[in-house]
Amino acid sequence: MLADLGYGSLIITLFISIYGASAAYFGSRRGKPAWVDSARNAMLLTFPLLTITTLSLLYLLVNAHYEFPFVSQVISNTMPATLRITALWAGQAGSLILWSWLMSAFACAVMLRKWDRDREFLPWVIVVTLVTLAFFLIISIFVENPFLRYWQSPAGSVVTAMFQPGGMQLFAPLNGNGMDPLLRHPGMILHPPMLYLGYVSFVIPYAFAIASLVTGRSDDRWIRITRRWALVAWLFLSLGLVLGMWWSYGVLGWGGYWNWDPVETASFMPWLTGTAFLHSVMIQEKRGILKQWNMLLIILTYCAVILGTFLTRSGIASSVHAFLQSALGPLFFIFIGLTFIFSLWLLIKRWNDLKSTTEMTSLFSREALFLLNNLLFVGFFVVCFWGVMFPIITDAVGSIWQKLPALSNLFTIQKIDIRSDYYTLPAALLSAGLILLMGLAPLSAWKSSTFKTLARAAIKPFAASLLLVPILLLGGMRSWVAILGFWICGFATLVTLNEFWRAARARHRAQGESLPVALWRLAGKNRRRYGGYIVHIGVVLMAIGIIGTKVYTTETQQTISQGGEITLGQYTVQFESLSAFNTSDGRNIARAVIRVSKNGAYVGELYPRRDYYYESQQAVTIPGVRSTLADDLYIVLADWQPLSTTSATFKVYHNPLVNWLWIGGFFVFTLGMLWAAWPERESQAIPFRKPVQLTREMNGP
Amino acid sequence: MQYASRAFPWFRGRVKFIIGGLLILAAIIFLIISSTKANALYYYTIDELLSRGPDMVEQPVRILGAVIGDSIQYDPQALSLHFTIANIPADNQEIEAQGGLSAVLHTAVTDTSHTRLQVKYQGPKPDLLRDEAQAVMTGYIDGNGVFQASELLLKCPTKYEAAAPSQAAP
Repeated sequence: MLADLGYGSLIITLFISIYGASAAYFGSRRGKPAWVDSARNAMLLTFPLLTITTLSLLYLLVNAHYEFPFVSQVISNTMPATLRITALWAGQAGSLILWSWLMSAFACAVMLRKWDRDREFLPWVIVVTLVTLAFFLIISIFVENPFLRYWQSPAGSVVTAMFQPGGMQLFAPLNGNGMDPLLRHPGMILHPPMLYLGYVSFVIPYAFAIASLVTGRSDDRWIRITRRWALVAWLFLSLGLVLGMWWSYGVLGWGGYWNWDPVETASFMPWLTGTAFLHSVMIQEKRGILKQWNMLLIILTYCAVILGTFLTRSGIASSVHAFLQSALGPLFFIFIGLTFIFSLWLLIKRWNDLKSTTEMTSLFSREALFLLNNLLFVGFFVVCFWGVMFPIITDAVGSIWQKLPALSNLFTIQKIDIRSDYYTLPAALLSAGLILLMGLAPLSAWKSSTFKTLARAAIKPFAASLLLVPILLLGGMRSWVAILGFWICGFATLVTLNEFWRAARARHRAQGESLPVALWRLAGKNRRRYGGYIVHIGVVLMAIGIIGTKVYTTETQQTISQGGEITLGQYTVQFESLSAFNTSDGRNIARAVIRVSKNGAYVGELYPRRDYYYESQQAVTIPGVRSTLADDLYIVLADWQPLSTTSATFKVYHNPLVNWLWIGGFFVFTLGMLWAAWPERESQAIPFRKPVQLTREMNGP
Repeated sequence: MQYASRAFPWFRGRVKFIIGGLLILAAIIFLIISSTKANALYYYTIDELLSRGPDMVEQPVRILGAVIGDSIQYDPQALSLHFTIANIPADNQEIEAQGGLSAVLHTAVTDTSHTRLQVKYQGPKPDLLRDEAQAVMTGYIDGNGVFQASELLLKCPTKYEAAAPSQAAP
């Protein structure tokens, strides 16, 4: 049976991973390349084997094999095939398999690269990726096994087990629970795989970093090899986060998109250290400093990746992400703790080898501003870490105290929680600081920038951006938070655009190219830099969206009868009709028709609705949204009179500028990152590469 | 410039970075501590909250409980939501020992010996608010013994991980 095949290959993969990691270790330690080759082959095998496992799970899902609890929890008879495939990551067991599968795919892709120049890294990259993979496989096999089945005793009781218990028969329910209706949204369908793609691709730079530490290579080769992995990881992670926000906005019907829920925050943490890492590796490449810091950042990112996976899955933090408690917690904590301690130990051992070749001299040099950026990102990380872990830590400390007999009377286990408002001020200040730096850093020079030179470079864009303030005031803006925020955004935008303009104009003058051609060639020649600037623009757009919604969102809730109107700002919405009907896929839909007019002029109809899923007895509120670049009108059907449907309650939100959040987060981020990660043109690379290869051949092995 | 940095070794080159770094570190730590102080909340079960008596009146806390479906009353005109919750343990091990979250919620709602507490919440009725849902609420208990919730989070564990599907019942 296909399920047995899938389970079998899962177990074989675990053995192969353990074998591969050991073979790579011994091969490298004893100087036997044949063992390393064998380990590499083992690594290459994990991907096809896990593909079999994944495909067999998909087969079980699509064909609704309800005898598997894994299937019956997320599938129901009415779910279409496409949705059944995405149900793979709707539950805990399936998403861990997805994690392992993606991990093996990326690790195999790394194995297939040319290793001739970095042969000594190979065994250690294998060890790190295979140990990580083995950890997830162990969890899949022993804790969260998707291949468990239902068995029924003659008396009628049902148990869950891998193998047939004596005297029991396989039991297949006629229907399953079905996927949580809230998760049946494109945002939530894409969010976990995107996040996971980001997570697993950050494992690759970490593996190379560890390889670099073990082999004692102190140059920046590991950074150069994994540059693109880190960029891709960052893009996927960002897209995953923004998709989660978009889902929250489009489905949860609360008008917001981010709530500092512990699970959201946990997936944001690797993004923070990862972003810091992307910036600080540039200083190492340019100036040969901050080597230890970069190691520390990638170690933190790796641990944050595992923590993020674990917090989502284990349900350790109380959260709207309703996954149940499981035995995963201690395992993950032990794994994170061990890898963190081990990585730190390696780093400390190599600390002196990683001493900088040069020193940072000026507080206002570009490298110093990058370092400041790093401090702010890591500070942000610490804020999040504390916010997520504080309740868990106080809980754990409380229970430890209570176990000590002498103290048990003094302390009672007292859970302490933290309100999401905890994040508001630190997040706002740190983000403002980071965006301000985004504007300042391009103005500073490497090495020897002084306050004077920086101030001289900054004065023009600073003065120009100040013009924004009276414009905003004349436009009727009175919130100083918003004005300050928009000004910082304006300053950063101005500097960034000026970077493009300045360099393009110089090229235009020097080489006689027309301005668009100059701009195109310029950005093509220094991809990482200009790709990065494009991403900065994306960040500014997101910030504009966030300020707009945080400061200027207005809302009202009213009950009106047919023909009645609600006015919110410039908008008037009129309740036309409400109808309820059943669909063939097991829903009852209550759908209102709303006429929207802006400043008295009719602009269209909206259809806020509530879908009631009979199978799961759950309702999902889907807002009617009118999106423009200026604002969203977001209408929620809150309640209605079931029989007469003549009156209903609506909650109306006006969310200014919210779409810039999605534009910046989806399109501009993608454009900038693809630009930065796109391979440089061959014609430039070849003349540099050839002599290097020749000299290597001449020196011989 | 070159001479100056050579004449004053190590220290002079770094002291400004160390001071700058420490200042930022201090600012971030200050932010974290002040935000924690302003936003930390005790997380009680209903029994724990009530056992503390009148001291807890109007003190901001977070509590959890099982929603009793029959008690849910929603007034769309006034936008007010009333319901009653029953005491459930907060400790995971205790929940596991009693047969998992869905079993705990079920017993809490059906067994009338569990302590109950009335809740008032202002706002639209959440989709997940139904019988045997786990509710986590932030707010305070008022002089009349009604919990005034300002934040309401709901979990319905049965949807995700049923102990056995409904058809399995004999």
